[in-house]
Amino acid sequence: MTHSAEQGKKRTLRQTLLIVLGMFGFVFALVPLYSVLCDVTGLNGKTRNQPERVVYTEPDLSRTITVEFLANVNESMPWDFHPAVTRMKVHPGQVRKTSFYARNLSSDTMVGQAVPSVAPGLAALHFRKTECFCFTEQRFAPGEWRDMPLVFMVDKDLPEDITTLTLAYTFFDKQILVD
Amino acid sequence: MSTATTHDAHNEEHPSGLMRWVTTTNHKDIGTLYLLFALMMFIVGGAMAMIIRAELFEPGLQFVEPQFFNSMTTMHALVMIFGAVMPAFVGLANWLIPMMIGAPDMALPRMNNWSFWILPFAFAILLSTLFMEGGAPAGGWTMYPPLVLQTGNAFPFLIFSVHLMGISSIMGAINVIVTIVNMRAPGMTMMKMPLFVWTWLITAYLLIATMPVLAGAVTMLLTDRFFDTSFFNAAGGGDPVMFQHIFWFFGHPEVYILILPAFGIVSQIVPTFARKPLFGYSSMVYATASIAFLSFIVWAHHMFTVGMPLTGELFFMYATMLIAVPTGVKVFNWVSTMWRGAMTFETPMLFALGFVVMFTIGGFSGLMLAMAPVDFQYHDTYFVVAHFHYVLVTGAVFAIMGASYYWMPKWTGHMYDERLGKLHFWLSTISVNVLFFPQHFLGLAGMPRRIPDYSVQFAGFNEISSIGGFAFGLTQLLYVYIVFKTIKGGAKATDQVWEGAHGLEWTLPSPPPYHSFSTAPEVK
Ligand code: HEM
Ligand SMILES: [Cu+2]
Repeated sequence: MTHSAEQGKKRTLRQTLLIVLGMFGFVFALVPLYSVLCDVTGLNGKTRNQPERVVYTEPDLSRTITVEFLANVNESMPWDFHPAVTRMKVHPGQVRKTSFYARNLSSDTMVGQAVPSVAPGLAALHFRKTECFCFTEQRFAPGEWRDMPLVFMVDKDLPEDITTLTLAYTFFDKQILVD
Repeated sequence: MSTATTHDAHNEEHPSGLMRWVTTTNHKDIGTLYLLFALMMFIVGGAMAMIIRAELFEPGLQFVEPQFFNSMTTMHALVMIFGAVMPAFVGLANWLIPMMIGAPDMALPRMNNWSFWILPFAFAILLSTLFMEGGAPAGGWTMYPPLVLQTGNAFPFLIFSVHLMGISSIMGAINVIVTIVNMRAPGMTMMKMPLFVWTWLITAYLLIATMPVLAGAVTMLLTDRFFDTSFFNAAGGGDPVMFQHIFWFFGHPEVYILILPAFGIVSQIVPTFARKPLFGYSSMVYATASIAFLSFIVWAHHMFTVGMPLTGELFFMYATMLIAVPTGVKVFNWVSTMWRGAMTFETPMLFALGFVVMFTIGGFSGLMLAMAPVDFQYHDTYFVVAHFHYVLVTGAVFAIMGASYYWMPKWTGHMYDERLGKLHFWLSTISVNVLFFPQHFLGLAGMPRRIPDYSVQFAGFNEISSIGGFAFGLTQLLYVYIVFKTIKGGAKATDQVWEGAHGLEWTLPSPPPYHSFSTAPEVK
């Protein structure tokens, strides 16, 4: 094998290895990219996970939106969790308040994290929460129960064709993550 | 093969017996190892398929536990994709690429040895999970979280074996690229390369670009399970849907990894038996390249029902349909090659013709699934199962079998038994259609995939499908018999083997010397 042929092989080998390493890195770069994309576009029904500032203006009384509330606990988490009301009629631009009831049925102190999701996904960014129990983790003593508040507003620029919004919370056991 | 050991005078000493195969760096030995390994895995995966079809023969639970049934569908897919089809293609690449481009061997022989010998370990690990507490992986070959995270003790073994398979394929692919780029005989320009070499070059690039993506995704699964990360865990701020995006970003190019070399094989066989040069050579090359490119931007057609904005659905729908254009170009080119050719129908040609017809059926059902609104009804039904078995069994597997009949006389120096070969083709073709065609109807009627039991209205078609399945399975034992009979002996093959065959590999003796071209041939 001549000298230059050996070098050619080495060069191609280097190039291909670079592609392999680059693509392996790319997967992990996808993770933050994916979150940013979902935050910006609200794809997947992801809502903001911190209090939002809203400007109070006249509500748009010409439109009425039905907001439905769902509450789930993940897998076999021994909690009782349900909304105070299952649906509300709201006008865009109106700030409304409701609450969710949760009770720790187990005999251990437990820490839960509620994760919200809005359907249809495109409405997620128009659903604004100024106060929510989902912004922080929730610690419950054995048998403890609480009514947890939610203050929200539906944006006036919610797309015209959306008349019903569903907000679903799922409580996850944070302890499992920590152990 | 046993006869392929003609020694050159200047050969270095190599050990004999078992150690010859363990330490070999020769492209023909390694090609043989890959092909025999693939054949073995084809039988193992086939046995799993027989269990699946036996359970589905009639409604109700007959033979196996539902959990074990799901292990069978999961393991069947992993074994067939990573253990049978991919190694068979790598084996063909090893045997054929050096002979086709006029090189003495593959560029990186030691790495070649490694990339093969990793495989038996990978599959020993994967298959050992069948005996573990909690059973073998049962969450589907797509390994979606959170379900896959509930796998028992088998979980880390699943991830580790996928890593090993990935490493093996990446090494194999790098070897192919380095060989083709640097070791072509003088005069063998890129646009003179046989299409099998072209399609493998493009496949190899797909492999090195996507296997690391799969490796990354399963690594994230592993850390989610054992190291408290939350890549796919909603409670910790992750998102299980992200796994699906990453998986299919690998997964769709992967299905083309499973078919592009088959396109290459058919493009070698059809001209030989039509006795005409391939119609539209350069359009074939460009079509292959554009399929490879497009395969990176269609992944979400596996996720139409997962939730996407309308523009997303439309984009992925049109992009997917666009792939049908270069695919159609290929089908038309094969048909044009046959047009007014002096055709004969030896076994390899029969398999190539079967490929052209039945792969196209699979392409059409793919087009139906590509329509987002339609896919909402067909997704996760037996219609999808029918689709991918037409493209993978009557597509990829038929091409591999055709290739083995086509080149076996070259490899072993013996002609196979033509009468048995034809019998194998016809039995396979009839039974495979009895097996998979009714699954279209089952899917349209709404039968979900990956279930051990079903509602009684699906009983009739399932019974037919299972009968086809058993017949197809039995027929493949005939194939194994033919292969070993040919290795052992048979009519002496000439150098050219087929009257209409052209290309460098047919200028070598049958069987070829241990090192293919010690002095590079001149290509005009
Ligand atoms: C014209 C070309 C093709 C089109 C338009 C197409 C389209 C599709 C679509 C839309 C799906 C998703 C169906 C669903 O899950 O609802 C699908 C699934 C699938 N396709 Fe294709 N396909 C094509 C060619 C191929 C080829 C060449 C292969 C492999 C050799 C292949 C293998 C698969 C596999 C394995 C699945 C199922 C994956 C799974 O969910 O387990 N397809 N195809
Ligand atoms: Cu796909």
